[in-house]
Amino acid sequence: MFDAKVIQMLLEGIKDTLYMTIVSTVVGYALGLPLGILLYVSSDKGLKPNAVLYRIGDFVCNIIRSIPFLILLILLIPFTRLVVGQSYGSTATIVPLVICAAPYIARVVESALNEVDGGVIEAARAMGASNLQIVFKVLLVEARISLITGFTITTGLLLGYSAMSGTVGGGGLGDIAVRYGYYRWQTDIMLVTVVLLILIFQVIQNLGTWIARRLDHRKR
Amino acid sequence: MSEIVIKNLTKRYEIRGNEVIALSGINITIEKGDIYGIIGMSGAGKSTLVRSINFLEKPTEGQVLIEGVDLAELSEKQLRKKRSEIGMIFQNFNLLEQKNVLENICFPLEITGSKKREARERAKELLHLVHLEDKERAYPSQLSGGQKQRVAIARALATNPNILLCDEATSALDPQTTAAILSLLREINEKLGITIVIITHQMSVVTEICNKVAVIDNGRLVEEGYVKDIFENPKSDAAKVLISGKEIRFTPLEHLDSSYKVRIVFGENSAYEPIISNVILKFQAPVNILKADTRNVNGRAVGEMILSLPDEEELQQSIITYLREKGLAVTEVTEHV
Repeated sequence: MFDAKVIQMLLEGIKDTLYMTIVSTVVGYALGLPLGILLYVSSDKGLKPNAVLYRIGDFVCNIIRSIPFLILLILLIPFTRLVVGQSYGSTATIVPLVICAAPYIARVVESALNEVDGGVIEAARAMGASNLQIVFKVLLVEARISLITGFTITTGLLLGYSAMSGTVGGGGLGDIAVRYGYYRWQTDIMLVTVVLLILIFQVIQNLGTWIARRLDHRKR
Repeated sequence: MSEIVIKNLTKRYEIRGNEVIALSGINITIEKGDIYGIIGMSGAGKSTLVRSINFLEKPTEGQVLIEGVDLAELSEKQLRKKRSEIGMIFQNFNLLEQKNVLENICFPLEITGSKKREARERAKELLHLVHLEDKERAYPSQLSGGQKQRVAIARALATNPNILLCDEATSALDPQTTAAILSLLREINEKLGITIVIITHQMSVVTEICNKVAVIDNGRLVEEGYVKDIFENPKSDAAKVLISGKEIRFTPLEHLDSSYKVRIVFGENSAYEPIISNVILKFQAPVNILKADTRNVNGRAVGEMILSLPDEEELQQSIITYLREKGLAVTEVTEHV
């Protein structure tokens, strides 16, 4: 049953799953982090309140987050084709994953920044810090534990979503599980993919928790 | 030139369509080298007032002049530079929790763009000044409240400011730590010639280290002058209440209430003479001591007593005259002490 070919396929699956999860998390953060900062800064208690800007960002985030991922995946097929030239395979899956992750990450960042003590921000202002300095030297530094925790949660979420994309030919372990477990009734292969997904998830979560704990100086 | 001049300062807020007047028509002049206390009950507007001095709160009307420069006329960038030249410490210390002591002290220098090596050297000097040399690598969560405030003071002094603003800097500390922090502030004032502005609701803080004081009540300046004068002869109700120190009273003295009471304040000279005994012997009249206390006012031991005098008006007047002749400050006490 588990001959060289199957093992080869599973290894490919692991590689594709990691590729999709990591690239979409990184690109998602590249978009979501600035968007989250924008939401924080423009909110009514932010550094530079701007109701119009906040409402636009808020609205876009809510719209995208209210669409179930599987539907987003299908809705975005024309856009995905435009960006990567095809609508199936692991690279193509990254596009909807990023679109789904960015607003989620933006909310994670916004709430992490909201947790930073207002007194510390006031102290920085009293030292003559500009808003830009407050964002980069105070907020992102003080909120880094929440940001790392949020990063870990997002990575776990995207791991799950990348598996979901298997149903529409997304590649990776989810794809294998659907093809073998659902279409061909080979439950053993499906179980192996599930175990692999659990293991990968454990590694991500524990690594994230470990890094967050090591970097946190608030309480010992 | 005066270090800080506050001219006719008014601050109004709009809260849900209602106008709230936080401060109204405040005039204060603070000279170089002063340790200036601003005292008031909570909600009196003193926090808003101290934030107006570095324009964290922009006044609705009036001016703030720092070394002759009107803050309202500065551009945003110039204002940030000016703020970096005014140190500030807070009730909750407001240290960066994810940075260690040395990094915290370097922080204002990082903001103003100093070289990293120079900043670290300066930070080490300051750690020495605040007596925390051994805590260089500690994180704020590992420090006590007093140590945190020392780090905050070192941080506030990093840019060599001429002014240090203290917003309820000792309110979160116990009495011993408060005394240590206040003596550190006095040391800084003497060594470096820094003008210090202290916001507090504790009269003991003012009498301990301030030379001048402004009493704020309900957004208005009700009394201002030398601490010694106001302590001896408070005119405003707010000052009287703050001096009577309701919050540190142990026995409810209303029960000891009588018809006519006076408050006497005596300095070191008169403390040698048994004045109360002399009064009793001379006038053959009973005098009841309702309260007695000694306090440190600007480094001088000052005694304070509240006496209940006999009912006879003529006798009262002659006792008061006698006490005044002996060089004591005497004021009538009308409220419950």
